[in-house]
Amino acid sequence: MSFLSDPRWRDAAVHLPDYLGSHVQVSLAALALGLVISLPLAILARNHAVSRGILLGLASVVQTVPGLALLALFYPLLLAIASLTLRWFGFDFSAFGFLPAMLALALYSMLPVLRNTITGLNGIDPALLEAAQGVGMTPRQSLFTVELPLALPVIMAGIRTSAVWVIGTATLSTPIGQTSLGNYIFAGLQTQNWVLVLFGCVASALLALAVDQFLTLIERGLRERKRLHTMLGSVGIAVLVTATLIPSTARAPSTYVVGAKTFAEQYVLSALIEQRLQAAGLQASTREGLGSSVIFQALAANNIDVYVDYSGTLWVNQFHRTDKPPRERLLAELKEILAKQDITLLGALGFENAYALVMPRQRADALGIHSITDLAAHAPTLLIAGDYEFFSRPEWAALQKAYGLSFRTQRQMQPDFMYAAVASGDVDVIAGYTSEGRIKEYDLETLADPKHAIPPYDAVLLLAPRRAHDAALQEALKPLPERIDIATMREANLRASGSNANSSPAAVARWLWQRIGGQ
Amino acid sequence: MALAPLIAYAHVRKSFDNGHDAERVTAVDDVSLDIAAGEFLAIVGASGSGKSTLLRLANRLLAPDSGRILVEGGDVREVDPVRLRRRMGYVFQSGGLFPHMRVADNIAVTPRLLGWPAAEVAARVDELLELVRLDRSLHRDRLPHELSGGQQQRVGVARALAARPRIMLMDEPFGALDPLTRDNLGEEYRALHRRLALTTVMVTHDMTAALLLADRIAVMRAGRVVAQGQPAELSDNNEPYVAELLSTPRRQAERLNALLAGASAG
Repeated sequence: MSFLSDPRWRDAAVHLPDYLGSHVQVSLAALALGLVISLPLAILARNHAVSRGILLGLASVVQTVPGLALLALFYPLLLAIASLTLRWFGFDFSAFGFLPAMLALALYSMLPVLRNTITGLNGIDPALLEAAQGVGMTPRQSLFTVELPLALPVIMAGIRTSAVWVIGTATLSTPIGQTSLGNYIFAGLQTQNWVLVLFGCVASALLALAVDQFLTLIERGLRERKRLHTMLGSVGIAVLVTATLIPSTARAPSTYVVGAKTFAEQYVLSALIEQRLQAAGLQASTREGLGSSVIFQALAANNIDVYVDYSGTLWVNQFHRTDKPPRERLLAELKEILAKQDITLLGALGFENAYALVMPRQRADALGIHSITDLAAHAPTLLIAGDYEFFSRPEWAALQKAYGLSFRTQRQMQPDFMYAAVASGDVDVIAGYTSEGRIKEYDLETLADPKHAIPPYDAVLLLAPRRAHDAALQEALKPLPERIDIATMREANLRASGSNANSSPAAVARWLWQRIGGQ
Repeated sequence: MALAPLIAYAHVRKSFDNGHDAERVTAVDDVSLDIAAGEFLAIVGASGSGKSTLLRLANRLLAPDSGRILVEGGDVREVDPVRLRRRMGYVFQSGGLFPHMRVADNIAVTPRLLGWPAAEVAARVDELLELVRLDRSLHRDRLPHELSGGQQQRVGVARALAARPRIMLMDEPFGALDPLTRDNLGEEYRALHRRLALTTVMVTHDMTAALLLADRIAVMRAGRVVAQGQPAELSDNNEPYVAELLSTPRRQAERLNALLAGASAG
């Protein structure tokens, strides 16, 4: 099969109208908001050295915050504000998706516009300012009829830089729930689907390039006072924006949104749920790549309708419990706690995906390590790797406390790369997932946890409050609980981790459905 | 003359921060000067003599530290400076045209600020283009950078005249032009000054131009008016600086006379 006839290109292209439309939407809104804020600020501050310094300083500081972190910060910030407005004014808003992404990107877009507006206005020939005053203009008339038009080419250059930054950074808004071209990149990275990663990168680069070219045309037109250039550039931008936005507005809003966290198993399960809902004649789409804490809040706020979480994760991280009841009791109690928040725990899927400390079997045998108790003695000479959240999760603290673990070094890694890294000896131990197919493939051993420091992690189906009494949805999901055992899930995950045409989440989900006896 | 002067400076003083130390630089030092209605006054001096500052004080582009300036009988500090400027024409050194506006829009600036109806503004623009001898069809819709220096300065004069001011302030209006253009424009402007019964204050460092165009000349040096009067009165003045300023045009005139006499004799 040739590179270009790979069916994954077509799979990727199917999502393009949605992803591209959402990407343009959030970029445009952010840019507009950024402009509305930074233009007046720059105009007000242009003649005061102190406020100019403060403004540019603050904007520069924002610029030094990595884009992903800035986006991630806006989510809890808005969540806190939403809970305050709920308490004080009786309403709240969604801290998920569009709003935090737009605000963070708007903040990110401000520096070039601020800097160029100030530079442009301050660079005007003083003789012209005097002429404007001399012919009888008020300061405001001078600003709008002389200074801003003359500074416009420089301001446009700033807007162009901002636009390119925003379009690039918008790819990072996927984890906080804003659909963007970043969905390709995040999904591709998680499922080792390099076709998707490439598709996302190329699409966002082309978008940025096109916008850059059109804005350059406008800027040149303004600078050289050529109406034709300005007009062509404006028409180009207008056509581009309309063409990308029309499909996303014309598209029927999907009634059910299925959430997925940032790893392959979640992509497969969300695809499975999506397929089940569609098979039942319901409109459904997925919202993938959501952060672990974001996704639960999104469900509680009805921003997504259904997703799969893990009992232990909710128990420890969401409800801050330190007791470790046995599997069945934990599930029952969790169901009650969730019900208080109107969240329905529809059922357990049948397998656990627990955190487990994992090392190559040969190495474990050689060192005589078969449980975490054995490991503790060797830990000071070993290097451990975990996913991005593991070392800040309570499970890790509980493990350290129960066994007195202290490793030489700990390192964070993309979950997909951990298994190969431990198999090849680049790291000694990893905090892996028990449902991971590559544990078997690489002949890795999961170390026993005799002190039960890690709680059980049943995969559970959760429904949003507004779906608590949705019979159609519950009927469509009925075939799933208690049907997926650990061996099946491992095999599905192994398939999803491959990088061939049959390893897309949708393809694996179809396989999984057949495997568990669906028609 | 029994008439009250149209512009009257009385003991006017103006100083500036010199930027780096606490000392202030005095630009205009206790100047008293009257300009009569219909008069063409030239203020002559070297750069830094305070002549441009004196001009800017008349339409409140600058405010005096002390002293009084009356324009048409009113103290400039007691009227809205924006309105004051709209009723005085101002011609800037090398045009001061707005580079992003077409010639017609540059000329129309002040009438539009005053809220004239569009048709009246358009008619006035055409009238002015004719007045300053610019071709309507050729120049009306051009941008300033597409014009020659002389044409730009004609537009500058038209813009200053647009709202029918009684008073024209001109800051080195023809300084950046080639001699022939400068001469033509100067003569044409002098004709306009008479025809429209304007009162003109022109700042220049060129004594020859001042002598040829103005009714009266005020000579400034180091912030003070050291001499004033009609050309003939100036030549009787015994201030050495005035004599120095007059020496160049005198020498040029004598030499020209000699050359032209020689030519006709030969």
